[in-house]
Amino acid sequence: MQEHDTSWVRTEMALAEPAPLGERGAIAWVRKNLVGSVGDTILTILGIAIVAWILPQVINWAFINAQWTGPDRTVCATAAQGGVQPDGWTGACWAFVNAKFGQFIFGTYPIEERWRPTLVAVLFAALLVPMLIPRVPRKGLNAILLFLALPVVSFFLLSGGVFGLPVVETSRWGGLLVTLSLSFVGIAVSLPLGTVLALGRRSKMPIVKLLCVIFIEFVRGIPLITVLFFASVMLPLFLPAGVTFDKFLRALIGVSLFAAAYMAEVVRGGLQAIPKGQYEGADSLGLGYWQKMGLIVLPQALKLVIPAIVNTFIGMFKDTSLVLIISIFDLLGVVKQNLSDANWATPQTARSGLVFAAFVFWLFCFGMSRYSMYTERRLDTGYRR
Amino acid sequence: MKHIAIGIFGAAALGLMASAASAATLDTVKQKGFIQCGVSTGLAGFSAPNDKGEWQGLDADFCRAVAAAVFGDGSKVKFTPLSAKERFTALQSGEVDLLSRNTTWTINRDTALGLNFVGTTYYDGQGFMINAKKLPGVNSALQLSGAAVCVQSGTTTELNLADYFKKNKMEYNPVVFEKLEEVNAAYDAGRCDVYTTDQSGLYGIRLTLAAPADHVVLPEIISKEPLGPAVRQGDDQWYHIVKWTYFALLNAEEAGITQANVDELKTSTDPNVQRILGTEPDSKFGTDLGVTNDWVVNIVKAVGNYGEMFERNVGSGSPLKIARGINALWTKGGLQYAPPIR
Amino acid sequence: MASQEILREEPSRGSLINDPKIRGLFFQTLVIILLFGSIWWIVHNVIDNLTRLHIASGFQFLRGRAGFDISDTPIAYTSDSTYGRALVVGLLNTIIVAAAGVVTATIIGFIVGIGRLSQNWLIRKICMVYVEIFRNIPPLLVIFFWYSGVLAVLPPPRESIHLPFGSFLNQRGFYITRAVWGEGSWLIAVAFVVALAMAWFVARRARQRQMATGQQFPVFWTSVALIVGLPVLAFLLAGMPLTFDFPKQSTFNLTGGFQLKPEFLSLYMALSCYTAAFIAEIVRAGIRGVSKGQTEAAGALGLRSGPILRLVVVPQAMRIVIPPLTSQYLNLTKNSSLAIAIGYPDLTATAGTVLNQTGQAVEGVLIMMIAYLVLSLVTSAVMNVVNARMALVER
Repeated sequence: MQEHDTSWVRTEMALAEPAPLGERGAIAWVRKNLVGSVGDTILTILGIAIVAWILPQVINWAFINAQWTGPDRTVCATAAQGGVQPDGWTGACWAFVNAKFGQFIFGTYPIEERWRPTLVAVLFAALLVPMLIPRVPRKGLNAILLFLALPVVSFFLLSGGVFGLPVVETSRWGGLLVTLSLSFVGIAVSLPLGTVLALGRRSKMPIVKLLCVIFIEFVRGIPLITVLFFASVMLPLFLPAGVTFDKFLRALIGVSLFAAAYMAEVVRGGLQAIPKGQYEGADSLGLGYWQKMGLIVLPQALKLVIPAIVNTFIGMFKDTSLVLIISIFDLLGVVKQNLSDANWATPQTARSGLVFAAFVFWLFCFGMSRYSMYTERRLDTGYRR
Repeated sequence: MKHIAIGIFGAAALGLMASAASAATLDTVKQKGFIQCGVSTGLAGFSAPNDKGEWQGLDADFCRAVAAAVFGDGSKVKFTPLSAKERFTALQSGEVDLLSRNTTWTINRDTALGLNFVGTTYYDGQGFMINAKKLPGVNSALQLSGAAVCVQSGTTTELNLADYFKKNKMEYNPVVFEKLEEVNAAYDAGRCDVYTTDQSGLYGIRLTLAAPADHVVLPEIISKEPLGPAVRQGDDQWYHIVKWTYFALLNAEEAGITQANVDELKTSTDPNVQRILGTEPDSKFGTDLGVTNDWVVNIVKAVGNYGEMFERNVGSGSPLKIARGINALWTKGGLQYAPPIR
Repeated sequence: MASQEILREEPSRGSLINDPKIRGLFFQTLVIILLFGSIWWIVHNVIDNLTRLHIASGFQFLRGRAGFDISDTPIAYTSDSTYGRALVVGLLNTIIVAAAGVVTATIIGFIVGIGRLSQNWLIRKICMVYVEIFRNIPPLLVIFFWYSGVLAVLPPPRESIHLPFGSFLNQRGFYITRAVWGEGSWLIAVAFVVALAMAWFVARRARQRQMATGQQFPVFWTSVALIVGLPVLAFLLAGMPLTFDFPKQSTFNLTGGFQLKPEFLSLYMALSCYTAAFIAEIVRAGIRGVSKGQTEAAGALGLRSGPILRLVVVPQAMRIVIPPLTSQYLNLTKNSSLAIAIGYPDLTATAGTVLNQTGQAVEGVLIMMIAYLVLSLVTSAVMNVVNARMALVER
């Protein structure tokens, strides 16, 4: 008899069986995410119906049927309305946006001087981009250039009157130029002012505290429009006879003060989140109030509330569109103003113009909110480590 | 006081201006080198920016005429677009030196609001416009009971409208907007049946509608709307300059002085023309007023006489094609009448 | 502002320079002097300006005849009414649109917020797109969209869309049949109040009984029966005092019935949609803020998914949700002032017109600010009460 060695030891690991067909791949995903239960299935069908109803219309309107170029209203009007399109046509009139693009960006800024705002925009981008990328060094210098040097340079470039540049009054500024300059100055002013207000609100001096509380709560209780009304019709009466402000400057002050009150509450949230030990530690080192705040507390507090600060910025950026109510023509204001141009009056013009304005606003706001999420995640890891 | 003010607000680098409005507008205007003129945010024929952003229209030209009288140069003027709501505060506070913005002259504005109207550069009246295609058979404002009426807020128009419908015991449905563009858009979109504003405005607005031919202006005129420029109270010199600029425009038309012939007429021997143009020996009407003696020459050179201004902006030379009507000179059956320059 | 001054000011040299109390006192006195100085300066300027320009001042103008008409008047108002009444009409319109907007925004916001946490991928994405679109567009633009959209889509009055129950939809708004209550209708109102009281009492008794004996009582259905049944009974008893006012076609427009103007509709829809996007994010954060252990523990206790949501998750989520929800309600109220752009006669619009007719800018803006401030404070107070109630659940 020959003995057979029946014992057998497997030397390599058995590979895991792939999951059953129903649990992987597209089918499983669909099962899990779209048709998990009866209710889910109904919802999915409803969702598909909504998407199938809206999406083709939007795509048709915005791209397929859209008119991209053209000299006047005829390209965007149907035959019955005195145009060249067949009856029943609906499509975006991008030709209108195309023709008015310069105005949407610069307002009625003189055409031969438009290189000035363009240059400011280039400078702004050149300083902003390295500021936003965490790896680029020399943040301090960058910040000084962006928040102190740039506004001064931009002011002289935009309004002129020096180095032989012709003066351009602010009443001729308009469009995206106004939207961006209003919100940038608003941001640059409201953050420090809001911080001071927040510190004042937490101050041990009762009168300072009371004043800050009154200011913050008062401003937060009223709509921006009333602040703008105040700036445009009431402020002039507060000044001595003959002293007047530029209207644009008044709007700027109104928007900045308004944003500062909201910023103050955001910063206060950050200050409250700093443990008491930090304050006491700073005190025990013998630091004075401003040293304690400037070197220890604020750097931590502000870092904590960056997302909330960005959200306030987004809110302010959107709020700048309200200046159209006191006849300053920001992007939305210029678009609205051009809608009444008889050369372009068609049923599609208003929609196209507003969609364009909405898209520009959306682009900026969405960008800011995504950046804030990115920063949040980045700072988060810093804490976890 | 003023120095403290400048000190406090001096930190604001942007366009802070101090001018002694209460003292003498003329001096501050001369000092800064231009006139700040309040105009509308855009009304065709009266004050509206063209494609290049230059302000054009009857009201804008009046500002240029005043600038020509003061500086001898009609271009030394800056325009501030103002909404109906802002216009009075802007003038009161000194933000603008002159309000030339199709504003109706009323006793309330002359007294309670602290303004001084200088005259009537355009005699207007409030009218109604309807879409004749949508509302066939309506040919009088008295048939408008129950209609939705588009109107701009903060104007005398809004008040006249309420009075007119009340007087005639008719119902209506006001649809009120802040800005002219918004009223236009709403009317064009069919939000209301009727558009009401000054008749001159209706003709201008009709041009901007999608189908101008469909719309008719009803014959009724329901109010007097004397439109004119206004200045602040309490500065007689500036008031006189603006007032006499207006009279000079009329006198120039009456005397047949036009942009084309003003240089030739400087040698005219007609004593009336000599007085107007300041070519009389030792003439001092201009210097008494606070400007140069050739002020009328400058005005006419800059903008022409009143008739030329009218025809160019709202009359036959413009898309509006409004007839002179009651805005003709008194010698031609109209209401425009100026005291003589003598 | 005031406190900025402190920054620059060097304290006077003295032996007490380092005493924080003395320093605080010094700064505060300085702030007060500066504050009263600038107030005095402003008041002086205002008085000076008003007298110099012969502008009337004071609040007497509120009693003057307004002379203009208002399109939406919740209370009786004609051009003969006073400026004061015009302002009240404006304030009421603001409150109406804000209240309606708050309710709708909350409903849409909760649906979208919960939808963003749905198991269903498609629903999740649709809700996300909604939130990302509306959150990043200025509210003013949303209002313009609705307004131009409403006017463009709807037909002119002569081609009105007929809807069920005698209602119509056209460019002039949404017309619905108005119920006209005849004599004896007070009985129905009384019955309704009585039914509410009884329902409350039943609920209380039922809870006491459940606490004591563990027996449950069908509170919900009893309440429904009471609240519906009693008024119906009263209605029949009073002899059915109800007639209907149907909208009818006339020369220009539909007359009769109850009309919701397009200005109101678009403002209301725009505010609701815009604010809903923010509320959705708040709700999502609130629900995610409830730890998973809570759900699992509730499940371990044998609760089904419905009661888990209702009894465990939502009460805890509400604690997180309510404070930011309050500020969204306040924002909505403040954003309703954008009505001015589409001609809905809210407080800002009417106050603006009054201000323009009377030329009294200072008084006009003051009235506007104070009214909004009071509205905000009242809303905050109400929400604080709700918040306190919710906080009690924590125990």
